[in-house]
Amino acid sequence: MEKNGSGLETELRLGLPGAEKNEKKRVFEEFEDKAAVHKNQVVGWPPVAAFRRKNSLNGGKMYVKVSMDGAPFLRKVDLSMHKGYSELVRALEDLFGCFGIGEALKEDEENNEFVPIYEDKDGDWMLLGDVPWEMFANSCKRLRVMKRAEANGVGLHAKDLLKGLSKEE
Amino acid sequence: MCLFQSVMNYFPEEVLEHVFDFLTSHRDRNAVSLVCKSWYSVEKFSRKKVFIGNCYAVNPERLIARFPRLRSLILKGKPHFADFNLVPHDWGGHVYPWIEAMAKSRINLEELRLKRMVVSDESLKLLAKSFPNFKSLVLVSCEGFTTNGLAAIASNCKFLRELDLQENEVDDRKGHWLSCFPESCTSLVSLNFACLKGEVNAAALERLVARCRNLRSLRLNHALPLEVLQKILVQAPQLNDLGTGSFTHDPNSETFIKLKNAVKNCHSIRSLSGFLDVNGRCLPAVYPICANLTALNLSYAPGIFSNELTKLIRHCKKIERLWILDTIGDKGLGVVANTCKELQELRVFPSDLYGVGNAAVTEEGLVAISAGCPKLNSILYFCQQMTNAALITVAKNCPNFIRFRLCTLNPIVPDAATNQPLDEGFGAIVQSCKGLTRLSVSGQLTDQVFLYIGMYAEQLEMLSIAFAGDSDKGMLYVLNGCKKLKKLEIRDSPFGNMALLSDMGKYETMRSLWMSSCQVTLGACKTLAEKMPRLNVEIISENEGGAGEVEARLDDRDRVEKMYLYRTLVGPRTDAPDFVRTL
Repeated sequence: MEKNGSGLETELRLGLPGAEKNEKKRVFEEFEDKAAVHKNQVVGWPPVAAFRRKNSLNGGKMYVKVSMDGAPFLRKVDLSMHKGYSELVRALEDLFGCFGIGEALKEDEENNEFVPIYEDKDGDWMLLGDVPWEMFANSCKRLRVMKRAEANGVGLHAKDLLKGLSKEE
Repeated sequence: MCLFQSVMNYFPEEVLEHVFDFLTSHRDRNAVSLVCKSWYSVEKFSRKKVFIGNCYAVNPERLIARFPRLRSLILKGKPHFADFNLVPHDWGGHVYPWIEAMAKSRINLEELRLKRMVVSDESLKLLAKSFPNFKSLVLVSCEGFTTNGLAAIASNCKFLRELDLQENEVDDRKGHWLSCFPESCTSLVSLNFACLKGEVNAAALERLVARCRNLRSLRLNHALPLEVLQKILVQAPQLNDLGTGSFTHDPNSETFIKLKNAVKNCHSIRSLSGFLDVNGRCLPAVYPICANLTALNLSYAPGIFSNELTKLIRHCKKIERLWILDTIGDKGLGVVANTCKELQELRVFPSDLYGVGNAAVTEEGLVAISAGCPKLNSILYFCQQMTNAALITVAKNCPNFIRFRLCTLNPIVPDAATNQPLDEGFGAIVQSCKGLTRLSVSGQLTDQVFLYIGMYAEQLEMLSIAFAGDSDKGMLYVLNGCKKLKKLEIRDSPFGNMALLSDMGKYETMRSLWMSSCQVTLGACKTLAEKMPRLNVEIISENEGGAGEVEARLDDRDRVEKMYLYRTLVGPRTDAPDFVRTL
């Protein structure tokens, strides 16, 4: 098992998330790790009422930049407008006029054209879909829709893609 | 039969009823009804106000049978942790069956107050049509309705005095609900629509305000600009309670000057809120009324700089209730401590919800407040850090707390000075504050803090725990010690079956228990449900995949993600969605 900079124990496995039946349980068990709690990525904490969150300082809006490989300019999407990954993916598909961004999130998909990733608060590039939606929304700084073809020939599996990216940064 | 009782029986029922009228508290009236059969009967038929803290503890039919002449009803639905998205959507808490039953039985309903319930437009329409004397609707943290439902209320409730919408999720259809108040409506005393997102017809509002001469409380929404506020204040200088909508304008404009003059005339305003959008340079407009304010809520006011806030607060010497954002800073709280000697309740909310780490408030601000405000009895404090020393000082300064809620932004942060758990600090609070009825703890906490709570918090009715404790002992200390405990809510803490099952009868003395991400297993919950038929033990799954998901986790040894149990007279509820399983 590797420890990344934030102290979280993460295990990079072959295959995309969702490939194992106990994937969901694993995520929740990891967050018993107190280090994760420290990173303020816990659902429902601080205990501020949902109404107040939506109506808070920045009006509750969570605009993040989205880049799509090959597109000449970036777009912005408001994460607070969506209740989950499927809605977000649909919004991205509308924004860029394409289809199939969500395929990477499904089980056993290895040949999907697009890979949606995001940069989190720690500056790490993460594959979309691993953590509960709210946790993602609270830690996402920006989004990128990668084209698998552009990924410098580093192979078809998630961990390699991500490794390739951190080298780029 | 004792002498007293025989004497009392010579009094006609009207006399008893008249005597009972002086009893306003629900507890007193409940006690009275237990004295003897005739008192029970008189009390039953004279009871006008009923409070039901958990809508699933009874049902509408039993309510109506028990109190056939009720006029005023308070109902609460979802568990408190629903506020923090821990309860899936569609869990329940529907008001419709209650309204339907009361309508059928021709209850003369005049007042309805709901909290955390699902209120459909259908319910509102039925409400509006069924109760000719309906006077007051207060909805707090509810959802499920649109402005069409409000239009029905406005159109049909001829004697409506109060429409108070607090922090509800309303689907704003941008219809003209406000215009639905007929010209003949002059009875409004209180109107609060601050939580609505859409536009309202300003002219209709101005006319409404002009003809309701008894209007005392008005809270506008964000969509209404300063110009409208100005016109309204000219029409209604008698207001006690004002919620501004948007409060941003060019401070040099004529409109703003007119607003300043209008405000000066409002000698009766005691409570001020809103500022849903605010230009700090506009705040001086309210200085003239600050001296008499007893309540001020700036917690939805984004981007006021700390110095602008403190300038405002320096004018507010009589404040008793203050809700602000942590942008005020420790220094600003020092100003509050020096100025607001009448302060009783303080709430400091976090401005930065995503933990980027901008300076929030710390233990310093809290200590300053405790030292400067001798009447302080209720606090909700979101802070970056805390220390035991500070809490011990606060406990010494303020033995009169009835509500003490502390939320560290990092839920398990230790004492900032010593790196120790915060057990001793909270221990000091419960030991000193003998009247404490509500407590929320946070920060790094071991079983020790619960030992203190069990030992000292004799009046405690509600306790909220998150990421705390080491073992079942912690929860046991609380269950065994806090005799008056009514609501216990626990998340992400290592309490399990031993604690859950040690005193099952305790739960019948409580309203409810919530446990999520703890160590209780399905098997233990089943045991509890089996032994205690007058409890509903609900296992709540994530609202995905429906019934299939619930069935998939059939193993008794599996931990239960979310459990909510509550006492009830009416068995498992019939409206539970498929992700809720009542054992």
